[in-house]
This record gives sequence, C-alpha cells and structure tokens, in this order.
Amino acid sequence: MSVDEGTVRRIAHLSRIAIEEADVSRMQGELNAILSFVEQLNEVDITGVEPMSSVTPMRMKMRDDVVTDGGDPKRITANSPLSEDGFFLVPKVVE
Amino acid sequence: MTDLTRLTLAEARDGLRAKRFSSEELTRAHVAAVEGARALNAYVLETPERALEMARASDARLARAEAGPLEGLPLGIKDLFCTEGVRTTACSRILGDFTPAYESTVTSQLWRDGAVMLGKLNNDEFAMGSSNETSCFGPVVSPWQRQGTEGAAATQLVPGGSSGGSAAAVAAHLCLGATATDTGGSIRQPAAFTGTVGIKPTYGRCSRWGVVAFASSLDQAGPIARTVEDSAILLRSMSGHDPKDTTSADLPVPDFEAACRRGVRGLTIGIPKEYRLDGMAAEIAALWDQGTAWLRDAGAKVVEVSLPHTRYALPAYYIVAPAEASSNLARYDGVRYGIRVPDRDIARMYEGTRAAGFGREVQRRIMIGTYVLSAGYYDAYYGRAQRIRTLIKRDFDEVYAAGVDAILTPATPSAAFGIGEKGSADPVEMYLNDVFTVTVNMAGLPGIAVPAGFDKQGLPLGLQLIGRPFDEETLFAAGQVIEDAAGRVRLPEPWWQ
Repeated sequence: MSVDEGTVRRIAHLSRIAIEEADVSRMQGELNAILSFVEQLNEVDITGVEPMSSVTPMRMKMRDDVVTDGGDPKRITANSPLSEDGFFLVPKVVE
Repeated sequence: MTDLTRLTLAEARDGLRAKRFSSEELTRAHVAAVEGARALNAYVLETPERALEMARASDARLARAEAGPLEGLPLGIKDLFCTEGVRTTACSRILGDFTPAYESTVTSQLWRDGAVMLGKLNNDEFAMGSSNETSCFGPVVSPWQRQGTEGAAATQLVPGGSSGGSAAAVAAHLCLGATATDTGGSIRQPAAFTGTVGIKPTYGRCSRWGVVAFASSLDQAGPIARTVEDSAILLRSMSGHDPKDTTSADLPVPDFEAACRRGVRGLTIGIPKEYRLDGMAAEIAALWDQGTAWLRDAGAKVVEVSLPHTRYALPAYYIVAPAEASSNLARYDGVRYGIRVPDRDIARMYEGTRAAGFGREVQRRIMIGTYVLSAGYYDAYYGRAQRIRTLIKRDFDEVYAAGVDAILTPATPSAAFGIGEKGSADPVEMYLNDVFTVTVNMAGLPGIAVPAGFDKQGLPLGLQLIGRPFDEETLFAAGQVIEDAAGRVRLPEPWWQ
C-alpha cells in the first residue's frame, strides 16, 4: 500500500502536526519508503496466531483504590507555558 | 596521582573504599574532563555544582563507613530520565526547559546507592534514531576516528544511537558509566560503535517510571560502561520492582557482579543461521566466528539454531514502535509543559506547536504510527505486526526450550559511519542498523553488546549475546569470557581537548 498527497495531509491533521504544502510530497516519499519496507510482512502466514499484548505473561497487579498523590496544582502547572492560579490556560474551546 | 578518569567503575569503587582518593577528587577529575570535551557534544547539561555537593556527601558517608554500592561514583544520565529540579528534554525542542518535579525510579535508585550525577547526556530526539543525529542539540561526535585520519581534520563519526551521548561519554572517560535506554537497539548499537559494553535487560527488569516514553512495550533502561563487570554493578542498582510501573517485574535482583566470574563451561550457546545475512561484511562474519571459537574454547557447547522469523522483526518493529510512539507523544500539546506556538484556536495551536517542536524523524514516526492505527488499516498493519511479534517470541521460546542458554550474534552490520552519511534520502537505510538488535526488544529478552574486535579502519565492533527472560546472569558470564579473550579495548586518546 502507498499513500497519496491527500492521505499525507489527512494523517498530518490526525497527528495534529501542521505540514507546509511544499513539504507534502517529500513526506509522502518518506512514508511510502517505510510502507514499502513493511510490505514484506504480508508473506507471513498468521492464521491462528494471537497478537502479542505483553512480552511476559504477567497478571496486572491490583493496588488499593486510594488517593496517593495530588492536591498540588502549583507543582502540576509549574512547567506550563501559560497558567494562572493553578489552571492551564488555552485558547477559547467552547463558543 | 594517576588520571582518575582512567579507572574502571569497579576500580574507582575499590579505591574510594580503600581511601586512596576521595569522591570529591574523583568527581573533580571528571568535571574537568567533561568541560574539556565539549567538542564531542556528549553532555547537553552539565551539573558540576550538584556533582560536587553529592561527592562531598558521599565522602562523609564513606568516612562513616555507610557507603552504598555506588558510593561516590560519578555517572552521566541520558536526558530521557527525569531528574528532579534538573532540566530534562529528551533532546526535543518540544520539551523546552521542562524541569521535572520528580525523579525517575532508575535514577533515584542510583542516588540511593550513592552515585554522583555529572549531568545529562545527549540522545536522539525521543530516542528515535541510530546515530544521535536527530537530537535538537545537534549530533554527538564519537571519540573514535578512522585509522590514518586522526586529528581535528578527520571525518567525524557517529557514536550510534539513540544513547549516543552515553556511549561517547563512557568511551571518552567523561563518566565512569552512564544510564541509557533501548527500544530497538539504542543501548547495544552505540556500545558496539564505541568499544563499550551495553546491556538491555529483560523487559520489566528496570522500572520505566519517569523515563520519557517512546514505545512502552519495547522501552527498557540499562547501563553503558567500559567493562562487563562495571555494567553488572550498574544494572544491579538500576533494577528492581517498582509499584509505579505495572509492567515492572516483582522478582529478586541477582548479584550480577558475581555472575561475571561464572564462566561458560557446560553452557550451550546457539548460533542462529538466519543472522548470517546475504552480503554480510566479511569482517563481521569473521568476528562472529571468532566469538564462537572463544566461547567454545572456554568450555561452552556451540550449536546452530534457527529463528525463522528474524527477517520480519525489523519491519514489524517499524509498525509497532511508531504506533506506540504516536500514542505516547500525543501528550505534547503545548498546554502542560514545553513550548507553545500560540494561535487563534486550540487545534491550530496544537498543530503549530507540534510542527515547531518535533524534529523531522519524530514527525515521520508519529505520522506512520497514526496511519497504521487509523480506521481501516489497523488490522492490516498493527494487528498483523503484533501477530508476527508472537511468532518472533515463539522462535526464541523454542530454541531455549531445546536447551540453549544464550544466543551469540553480531551486534551491528558494520562499524560506525560518518555524520551525515546515512539515511538522508531513505529513512530505511538508517533503520537497517538495528537489524540484529531489534528482535530482542520484540521478544522482551535481555541482550548485551560486548566489544570483540576492530574493522579494517581500526573502529570497534561488538558481539551480542541474547539470553532467556530474566537470565542476565548468563549474559554477564559469557560477556566476561568474550571480554577476557578479546582483551580490554584501548580507547581513543583525547584529541578533542
């Protein structure tokens, strides 16, 4: 399979990465190089093979359902590019 | 006094305990070496004041005979590990001046055991790369140079990646050892390129908590050091169960240092025929044969084994890893940390921030990952790759069930290449560097790279040993046999000062 320029623009949008118009065809070439490299996986017979979800068979541990951290908005927002009174600031989302 | 940076980690530890020098002296020697090696670009942040403060605290503990296993030993930390109050960037513009309010579990265990932090080490952006050329701080220059072309005018070589800063710093004596991470070969390939030792432990051996995530089902932390023994000492401190990482294994941590002296008598070493690729360089094939002979001479039984799905590991990896990366890197949105490119609405703010903040390789991987996970393509790509991963793991399970204790392979298809030489036209050219290492991540197994020889230009080459799950001890034992047979690597003299 390979991607066309329209698909590159759509993937860029789904990835939330702005892409310059002049860059679309270069990115298309790079993505198609990768997609053609992975094409060989179609040779493998995967009938009846389960997908791997964990490399080691382990049961997820349960812990007590208690609050162990939090209540420190200043620390949480300390690295924010824009915050006020312990809140993150973003452009208006709801009209 | 002899140059304290020339000691191995084990020698430095023993010297501190015998009071032959202080941690402050040892640390000052390293701080000076780091300052004199800025041309290599191995460190992206130097923390000399913190280092000296930690060293003095270590000296106080040493005086009270309360020394921890790594007491007073100066280390470098890959910039993928969050360090409390110390800028952590994953070498990406998007993290800006991110300063964590917490410490990664792995590094907190190093400080618990008395180690001293010299600073943060360069790496490929978000650990995505095999040459350390994708870092937003620029490439790391390897201390190694091709024979006959030494000096400042020589071609600058890559140290490998993504842990290129770690490998270069260890090889150039800018720390006694370093932390690193490995998602597809990022510890073992740079170790092989720089004549150092690197081990990626079994998935789950080291906590991933506080390590900037790339592909969570593949990422593992591990050390790079100058000897097998040093890497064993470091791994012991880095390992152990952590309730904050649900994939962390609740198993006791063995005495890895003691395992180095076990030898390989009675062990069965597998040589996988599928790793003998068409067009394999003659010197790589010869190195592999030499390693096989060394292990046989030391008393191991050597058998040919088959791992039939080997050739599919790299393409499957380039679906699984980008898919997980696209999900993990969704968090960089210009809201909670890092840089922001303001815009009139939030979608445009996200898109502008991520376009400005992520480098080209990272953008490419996020986009591939987004594509293979998107509606209509999930089964054809991601579902198929995860099934092939099951087959890759099964190949190893069958070999180990047949009585093989460890598997010997080359670590890389070639020695280090020049900065700018690879991957500019076709990204796959760079990806092929990880052809021997990536299977190990796909199967969650431990793997160690040990220096074993040189190419015809005098550059180091490494061999890789792959072990059973949670049997790093056998890798240290066999790795030590290779190191003893090959002789310790003579690392480059400092032309960079």
